[in-house]
Amino acid sequence: MANRSVTTESAPVRWLLIGLAIVILTLFLLLPLAAVFIEAFRRGSEVFIKALTEDAALSAIKLTLLAAGISVPLNTVFGLAAAWLITKFRFKGRSFLLSLIDLPFAVSPVIAGLVFVLLFGARGWFGPWLKANDIQIIFALPGIILATVFVTFPFVARELIPLMESQGSDQEEAAVTLGARGWQVFRHVTLPNIKWGLLYGILLCNARAMGEFGAVSVVSGHIRGKTNTLPLHVEVLYNEYQFSAAFACAALLALLALLTLGLKSLVEHLSGHSAKGH
Amino acid sequence: MGKKRVIPGFGLSFGITVFWLGIIILIPLSALFIKAAGLGPGEWWKILTSARVLAAAKLTFGASAAAAAVSTVLGLLVAWVLVRYQFPGRRILDAIVDLPFALPTAVAGITLTSIYAPTGWIGKYLADMGIQGAYSPFGVFIALTFIGFPFVVRTVQPVMEDMGLELEEASAILGAGRWTTFRRVIFPVLIPALITGFTLAFARAIGEYGSVIFISGNLPMKTEILPLLIVAQLEQVKYEAAAVIASGMLLVSFFLLFLINLLQRRLNWQTR
Repeated sequence: MANRSVTTESAPVRWLLIGLAIVILTLFLLLPLAAVFIEAFRRGSEVFIKALTEDAALSAIKLTLLAAGISVPLNTVFGLAAAWLITKFRFKGRSFLLSLIDLPFAVSPVIAGLVFVLLFGARGWFGPWLKANDIQIIFALPGIILATVFVTFPFVARELIPLMESQGSDQEEAAVTLGARGWQVFRHVTLPNIKWGLLYGILLCNARAMGEFGAVSVVSGHIRGKTNTLPLHVEVLYNEYQFSAAFACAALLALLALLTLGLKSLVEHLSGHSAKGH
Repeated sequence: MGKKRVIPGFGLSFGITVFWLGIIILIPLSALFIKAAGLGPGEWWKILTSARVLAAAKLTFGASAAAAAVSTVLGLLVAWVLVRYQFPGRRILDAIVDLPFALPTAVAGITLTSIYAPTGWIGKYLADMGIQGAYSPFGVFIALTFIGFPFVVRTVQPVMEDMGLELEEASAILGAGRWTTFRRVIFPVLIPALITGFTLAFARAIGEYGSVIFISGNLPMKTEILPLLIVAQLEQVKYEAAAVIASGMLLVSFFLLFLINLLQRRLNWQTR
């Protein structure tokens, strides 16, 4: 476009910058991604399939799905409630609450695991009581879920808040004036407006929940076939020098990441970019 | 205001939000600080100034700051190219920027290690130049840059997209070259977003665990990061020491975030 010439660079500069960006993204992102799959198939597809179908891997996959299947819905309900509260009402302490919701982003995953060990571990506050009642939280599924919920806490809320803020409350107010009740307003007015943003938040939340390593590693105890999630299983295999098997499981997780990115692009396309975080 | 009561659900949404925030985040975090406070200031001092903790802190904060700074430069360049130029493959590259967000950190860790190890695709060229990629502080820096740079791209990109061309046209009409226009007109508008991106990358890097522990080699005093040190204390059932290191780490990162926030408010106010 000729009329844009004063607001863009000369062609050589433009191509230099594009070239640089492509080199950066290739070396930094595409190369590692390719490496996962190449390493996974280095010793043939038989090793690859065996690594994913052995008992320890299958139970790790099952545990990962279970932990995400419980944590993600919990944080989705929370995200919807928090976004409704923050965007539809003005009250004292609102901005303080908003920064508290963001707090987990500033906390190391390892610390997210640590806090639950301090509460529920054998030497933790509730440790003796839990032991007396034969309830196990740390080194068991409940601990893994708590840690996962902690690290994925803000994801849905963070997507919904800017979206609902920008949409305002006029439609909801009109619905209420016309006699709609609370749930009707939410289901028929709000939900259709935020569905893509909600889906996007759930996608990100799920990707993080299934891939979480640090927090889960602290609370899981690495009991093979029992409390190993898929990312932890990758670590165990890697530390046992079973590199091809480790990368086979890593490839499965990388596929999940690619699927997430693909769905995300699709959501952005369908919603006309409105789901992109602002 | 009577207006705010028009929309229902205040009580319910307030209840769910505060309850969930309380049991998942606030009570557990307070438990951490209370546990750490159980030790006296003398003990705190002894733990936090031990040579191993100091070495880990230096590496964690140093490598995180360096990685966030490099991420800011790379992120600015990539965001600019993605927003301003049309070229084949642009949309795929745009989508792939989020890869570090979506890729589990353990996967990032082992694959970066395989690439930057002395026998790896990039590591062998680095080795020829006498640089050790994986198993060194430089490896930690690489992993943290990988994790951090999408934050910068994704905070700067929307600001660039919303930027009108009027100011740039005016600048060109007044005789400024493209570089001058970028430096004097475009860049100042981007500064707040760049600082936000830097802060997000930095905060994430300080706490990062999964991608670092594979590539760092985890040598105490040399390539050990703070989160790993916490795990090491836990494995020796030294709960108190783990709590003290974690509390110290949280306090320092909250303080840094607060400082950067303050700086940003200043800048926002100046550029207005």
